[in-house]
Amino acid sequence: PIRSVSVDLNNDASLLIDIPDALCERDKVKFTVHTKTTLSSFQKPEFSVPRQHEDFIWLHDTLVETEDYAGLIIPPAPPKPDFEGPREKMHKLGEGEATMTKEEYTKMKQELEAEYLAVFKKTVQVHEIFLQRLSSHPILNKDRNFQIFLEYDQDLSVRRKNAKEMFGGFFKNMVKSADEVLISGVKEVDDFFEQEKTFLLDYYSKIKDSTAKAEKMTRSHKNIADDYIRISATLNITMSFVSLQKVEGRVASDQELKLTELLRYYMRDIQAAKDLLYRRARALADYENSNKALDKARLKSKDIPQAEEHQQQCLQKFDKLSESGKKELTSFKGRRVVAFRKNLIEMAELEIKHAKVRSSIQLYYICFIMCTNELQYAWGICKILCEQI
Amino acid sequence: MFVLLCFQSGPASLTTEDLSTNANGPKQASLFDDDPDDLFAEATEEVSLDSPDRDVLLSDGPSPAITPMTPPTSVITPRIGHAHDDMFTHSSFDEFCCVLWLNVVFLVPGDGMNAYMAYKVTTKTSMSLFKLREFSVRRRFSDFLGLHSKLASKYLHIGYIVPPAPEKSIVGMTKVKVGKEDQSSNEFVEKRRSALERYLMRTVKHPILLKDPDVLQFLESSELPRAVSTQALSSAGLLRMVNKAADAVNKMTIKMNESDAWFEEKQQHFENLDVQLRKLHASVESLVLHRKELSMNMASFAKSAAMLGNSEDHTALSRALSQLAEVEEKIDQLQQDQANADFYFLSELLGDYVRLITAVKGVFDQRMKTWQKWQDSQMMLQKKREAEAKLQFNNKPDKLQQAKDEIKELEMKVQQGERDFEQISKTIRKEVGRFEKERVKDFKSTVIQYLETLLQTQQQMIKYWEAFLPEAKAIS
Repeated sequence: PIRSVSVDLNNDASLLIDIPDALCERDKVKFTVHTKTTLSSFQKPEFSVPRQHEDFIWLHDTLVETEDYAGLIIPPAPPKPDFEGPREKMHKLGEGEATMTKEEYTKMKQELEAEYLAVFKKTVQVHEIFLQRLSSHPILNKDRNFQIFLEYDQDLSVRRKNAKEMFGGFFKNMVKSADEVLISGVKEVDDFFEQEKTFLLDYYSKIKDSTAKAEKMTRSHKNIADDYIRISATLNITMSFVSLQKVEGRVASDQELKLTELLRYYMRDIQAAKDLLYRRARALADYENSNKALDKARLKSKDIPQAEEHQQQCLQKFDKLSESGKKELTSFKGRRVVAFRKNLIEMAELEIKHAKVRSSIQLYYICFIMCTNELQYAWGICKILCEQI
Repeated sequence: MFVLLCFQSGPASLTTEDLSTNANGPKQASLFDDDPDDLFAEATEEVSLDSPDRDVLLSDGPSPAITPMTPPTSVITPRIGHAHDDMFTHSSFDEFCCVLWLNVVFLVPGDGMNAYMAYKVTTKTSMSLFKLREFSVRRRFSDFLGLHSKLASKYLHIGYIVPPAPEKSIVGMTKVKVGKEDQSSNEFVEKRRSALERYLMRTVKHPILLKDPDVLQFLESSELPRAVSTQALSSAGLLRMVNKAADAVNKMTIKMNESDAWFEEKQQHFENLDVQLRKLHASVESLVLHRKELSMNMASFAKSAAMLGNSEDHTALSRALSQLAEVEEKIDQLQQDQANADFYFLSELLGDYVRLITAVKGVFDQRMKTWQKWQDSQMMLQKKREAEAKLQFNNKPDKLQQAKDEIKELEMKVQQGERDFEQISKTIRKEVGRFEKERVKDFKSTVIQYLETLLQTQQQMIKYWEAFLPEAKAIS
């Protein structure tokens, strides 16, 4: 389901990547990255390697630091696997075991295990999407480090350490204060970029807000689901084919996958687009500074050829970033609209389906309770209802 | 879709009736075994295929069970007033025809704390007990407490389960009196109105209490002498009285030898029920809170999504996001209504029964007290007989006559004590039977109405999302 966050990935048979399985050891998740390729640049047509979350971050950071890719939107790094939520709940559950009945405890435990599983699945999918974004990008999929990541069958941790020493997060630190530079406004010559800048800054703050609010909503849904667990445990009337609680709980996780994940993903993607704008703005600033330096050199009649060459380089770099940036931002918009459409449709369809299921279940409960002495009658109604689900 | 029904309710016992239903079907146990802890146990209602209940099930339109008799014109109207429906749909008309409902009239002005809320109590009946078919009176909260106190003093000690009156709430009432016209004081007024209505309905449903002159006077007479010293009359006061009885029981020197297993079993049953209900009540209160939170979070998200839609530069997507915001806002309203239903149906019902069970336990304690009294008189008689024998031995004729008189008196007292004990035991048996029947009916009808609200919410949600779907598909 989360694959619909970014549509049309992993379609090109020349390089197919997926994460077929993963292991969870305490805090660490070990992903199995599986590649199938027809490209001759790889040593084998099919192979798998084990990777950790830190390896993904290394790959992302090296791409960000690569000058040649300054004009591209680098796909956002997958977030660190976070089992803190369910773990804390499991801990609380253990502490409160004495105060609850066996049924309640078992049910809550089952629910928590499902939560763990959901977090696990989600983290596998975001890591997978990251790689698939790279493999479907015409420039990034040729990156040497990307190939190493996919192919190198030894531990990457040595490379990771070296990389840290080399770059020291130079670009990253610069990018952190990106917004201020953009906002304080290098004078923009291009309408397209002026519009993009305004749009992306505004959109980013709005989508960040929406993401946070959507997360709060799904948390409330979870709380209600937990309440229903306790209520049904106390009532002793447990009909465990599909209970009210299960449907509420399921909705919380489906809604989360659709809406919250969509918003969260695009929030990060828009940040990546902002980073591109920032780099271009930086290049523009460099170009303008090189102009000033050239004027100065001409005034002083000193070092003119160097200044001219420097100015040319800055201009070239700026033009390259602008051309590439325009392409990237245009396709980004298209990608976003397509993904939103797909997700919103799927979400609405799910909501309808779930509401129908819940209606049937509620009707069933009503019948059942009313006909407590007419078991045959209740059984008949039950059959009719289940055929409708 | 394969249906697997697994019933968890103590040891699953399969009766032959169940097994014959479906040879191929999944295992089916009698859900409502005589599990003493099952809230729906002892349901003895027959549901025939032609009963009005069946129409409720299979009809599409609004059914009698959903439309209230007369909407209470209270400050806020909760969705359904259930007291009325109960009488007309679930019992045959001859058996018991007295319905009443409460409306809040207004706050009777007075200086500061002397102001009070007046309630209009309307009764509709076909019983000859009453002078008219339909009539109304005006009552205030202390009147209800007064009624309860009178009934408690008359009937509790002989074993009748007198429904407890709603709790006093100084804080809540003060806000109203001070004239605060806000959401929470409106909610408070409605909560109280509803609680008083349920209290009165339970009282008149009791065949003995209904005939009590104090009850008749309460319902009928336009003027009622003001109940004084409502301190002792509150539910808290009742609790104290019950606790006193419990203390007395604990202090009993001779442990009562329960010859009747029924009483022991029933007391245990009510103990368990008490625990279960309190737990349930706590969970439902948590549910109400969380649903209110959900509603708040939804409203907040809806606003945020609307802003996002405004910010979006792709036209069709922008419109879809705005539509999404609208849908979420409408659903938020639904959730709010649902939270009200959660509260008024489930939470209040459970709260009522927690208090009712306390009253039931009190009645059992009264029986013990009665037994104690009987035993005491018996012991006294024994002592007097011993004293008499001594006097005879010592030949004191004048004192002897006095002793004989006292003995005669005590013998009568002992006989009376035994009769009282037998009477209260008999009464309690009947009362518990009636109470359990009522309880099951009450729970069933309330749970069904609650489920109906859930159902309505779902149907509405389907409509909203189905309206949204084409908007999402229109994004190109």
